[in-house]
Amino acid sequence: MNPKVQTFLWIAQRASAALLGLCVLVHLVTMIYAVRGGLSAAEILGRTSGNVAWFAFYTVFVLAIAVHVPIGLRAVLIEWAGWRSRGRDVVLLCFAVFLVYGGMSAVKAVFR
Amino acid sequence: MNSLQVRVWRGGAAGAFQSFEVPRHASQTVLDVVTHIQRALDPTLAYRFACRVGMCGSCAMTVNGVPRWTCRTHVDKVCDQEKLEIAPLRNLPVIRDLVTDMREFFDKWARAKGSFQGSLTRKDHFSNIKPQSKGRVQVDAAIECIGCAVCYSACDVVAQNRDYLGPAALNRAWTLVKDERDESNVERLRAVAGDAGCHSCHTHMSCTEHCPKQLSPTAGIAGLKREVALGFLKGSL
Ligand code: SF4
Ligand code: SF4
Ligand code: FES
Repeated sequence: MNPKVQTFLWIAQRASAALLGLCVLVHLVTMIYAVRGGLSAAEILGRTSGNVAWFAFYTVFVLAIAVHVPIGLRAVLIEWAGWRSRGRDVVLLCFAVFLVYGGMSAVKAVFR
Repeated sequence: MNSLQVRVWRGGAAGAFQSFEVPRHASQTVLDVVTHIQRALDPTLAYRFACRVGMCGSCAMTVNGVPRWTCRTHVDKVCDQEKLEIAPLRNLPVIRDLVTDMREFFDKWARAKGSFQGSLTRKDHFSNIKPQSKGRVQVDAAIECIGCAVCYSACDVVAQNRDYLGPAALNRAWTLVKDERDESNVERLRAVAGDAGCHSCHTHMSCTEHCPKQLSPTAGIAGLKREVALGFLKGSL
């Protein structure tokens, strides 16, 4: 892989990490705040469905995960599994697509 | 007189430790111990040294599990129970006994474009570099490497990723990237980017912890990551 692509991956990894740090914080604080005094599934759905801000936030969250996780896994596969062939990146790309698909299905299900 | 129990690695990769008893002296260095064994107990012991004063970088070995320059490591400093275990450096092929094959270590300096590329000829005047200029201060902080491979031996990423250029080669590249006179920085930044280069460093600082010259390859590698990212964003990479 050429240096440009690798550098791009590195920057994407750092940028998504910064975004994830923020997302996790907002996610946790909101959750802890929201469930004070108990919360039912119906109440949650009542707040999330149709809420565009909520949808946008979790879309960003999912995309940041889909960028961050495969790049990190790439280093793990190289160092721990010694997987150096191109096949590795193809598998990781599929994994990224899977993460977007799985994550967005969950987000859509709660938004509807 | 007290004596030291010393276990020394013998043979190649598939060798074993051999035990020796060596007389203990004040201010004795680990290299003194190895030299005593070779001169008085077993002349077939293979090891490397040259300057004995911490300049040449040839005497590094693994002493009680830790990579060190042996000529400047006092026995007092590394053993409290009068026991020493001396092995070749990790992460390099063992030729015999305490001698490693350092080719890959230095080949990686070449791969990291570790040689100076100036543009001036002998007819030009000297470049004027202010000693206090930011770049020169950064170079000075990293330049005193003696090529001992202690950092290379201490780095777990080298152990896990055989292509990784390693702390010393990247540190060398960093000193040239920051050298205003050098002309080949774009190629150098390309050479040190990616899986084999600075982006694989985990910043766990083993190299910095163990470097006998108290350099910080970790800081240099972080600098390379910055320079490479800047080059990418500016479109010059
Ligand atoms: S900081 Fe980087 S180069 Fe130094 S030991 Fe750790 S991984 Fe290796
Ligand atoms: S950076 Fe330090 S430990 Fe590494 S080769 Fe140079 S002097 Fe030795
Ligand atoms: S013998 Fe030269 S550095 Fe130790």
